[in-house]
Amino acid sequence: MNTLAKLALPAALIALPSLGLAEEGPVPGVNASTDTVFILNSLLFLVGGFLVFWMAAGFAMLEAGLVRSKNVTMQLIKNISLFSLAAIFYYLIGYNLMYPLGTWSVDGVLSGVWGPGVLEAVGVTSDAADDYSYASTGSDFFFQLMFCATTASIVSGTLAERIKLWPFLIFTIVLTAVIYPLQASWKWGGGFLDAAGFLDFAGSTVVHSVGGWAALTGAIILGPRIGKYNKEGKTVPIPGSNLTLATLGTFILWLGWFGFNGGSQLAMGTVGDVADVSRIFANTNTAAAGGAIAALILTQIMYKKPDLTMVLNGALAGLVSITAEPLTPSLGAATLIGAVGGVIVVFAVPFLDKLKIDDVVGAIPVHLIAGIWGTIAVVFTNGDASLGTQLYAIVVVGLFTVIVSAIVWFVLKATMGLRVDEETEINGLDMAELGMEAYPEFSKG
Amino acid sequence: MKLIIATIKPFKLEEVREALTDIGVRGMMVTEIKGFGSQSGHTEIYRGAEYAVNFVPKVKLELVVAANMADQVVETITKTAQTGKIGDGKIFVLDVQQAIRVRTGETDADAI
Repeated sequence: MNTLAKLALPAALIALPSLGLAEEGPVPGVNASTDTVFILNSLLFLVGGFLVFWMAAGFAMLEAGLVRSKNVTMQLIKNISLFSLAAIFYYLIGYNLMYPLGTWSVDGVLSGVWGPGVLEAVGVTSDAADDYSYASTGSDFFFQLMFCATTASIVSGTLAERIKLWPFLIFTIVLTAVIYPLQASWKWGGGFLDAAGFLDFAGSTVVHSVGGWAALTGAIILGPRIGKYNKEGKTVPIPGSNLTLATLGTFILWLGWFGFNGGSQLAMGTVGDVADVSRIFANTNTAAAGGAIAALILTQIMYKKPDLTMVLNGALAGLVSITAEPLTPSLGAATLIGAVGGVIVVFAVPFLDKLKIDDVVGAIPVHLIAGIWGTIAVVFTNGDASLGTQLYAIVVVGLFTVIVSAIVWFVLKATMGLRVDEETEINGLDMAELGMEAYPEFSKG
Repeated sequence: MKLIIATIKPFKLEEVREALTDIGVRGMMVTEIKGFGSQSGHTEIYRGAEYAVNFVPKVKLELVVAANMADQVVETITKTAQTGKIGDGKIFVLDVQQAIRVRTGETDADAI
């Protein structure tokens, strides 16, 4: 995802035509024309982007399936609204905040470019393209926007069934306009974490942990759902309404992840890049499989019966685990990295319950804890990574996200209130807040 | 006339219905219910947390039959619904004062 590093080689390339050399000059590893490279790179962003877009559907289905039927409509409206808000606020502020392209107001920390993202002109020619040696701005914007929206999607599942609609959406705005893009600039915008040598290929930390930290902070401030923990402090399971939808959502996320990780190669104009994208697809897939099977076997052993929701979480944890480094591992290593993610889920879900942190869909184990694991796991297969730097970035990003999120959550709590009232929560948010049910026939017999 | 209320294991419903129609029963009411008896509940695990299933799903049959047929019906249900394991269910027999067929207004024996 390091746009600047990727820009370095093509930037050298662009000098060639201007020196009057042939357009298809002999550049190591590049045999395609500059036009072709531009087209293929842009195409990778577009295909990757719409695959990551589809993850929004995955989150919506997963969450709809894991909440009770009385809260399904609310969960769906949150999902489509948060995605749309992310799209608008990433355009208005986020994109330029995340990619200062070297123009910093605080060096390596805060972008100096403020204002909405601007695309290239209609029918732009190679002379006028923002970066003819690389890819179209529209494709890059489209691709990066989807990552921002993914971060926001992570939060909604954890806080389901008790948070009010509007405070949640306001938090989403702050998250997608400021929190996500600002910390992402530290790595992918060429900021101080990038300079320190932090490696996060597609965002185990930058995307998933950030969503996870924001969700964790929110869950602690919001408190658990009524009835989730009984008087003796024991956990009372609240089964989801539709495991078919939850499974469909997981498969959709799995599909979308090929775009998430594969697209993060950020280039497809050379044999090496295409081969790498292919490697990433294969590794991403096998990591998900490893996570799912680890959870399947562990729940069978520990609980005597496999738990589908844990297997679904396990697959997702496998995906998050491989996201920080989907390129360098072998298929075997990728499977193991994913499998550890699956193990993490099986232990982290009941552990959070012990702490009385109510995470409705398991987003904290999947995105935060597996995200931390994935970020650390980079050091096993990528010689350029250092454990110290990885841990440093995990802590920096974690502290920043927790502190800013906590401030926003507390301000919202003090001004608008975060939680629906007790009666609304028990009757379900669908009827009380929206006046419509997801499955009206069921309730009327 | 007797009202026979029987609770049985859900998977036995089809077998019991067949056996009862074979001996001439021409109607019954069936409800999916939950309850507990000596089987009481059991525990399950969801996402690592144990929970008690206090009510076990059963099927409740209600049949009104002529008094002289009641014993045969009870015997048939007992025989067919029995697995020998705990939770096979119970049968209650009650007197019925009156029966009316809505369509024709026929009463008692003619109505059932």
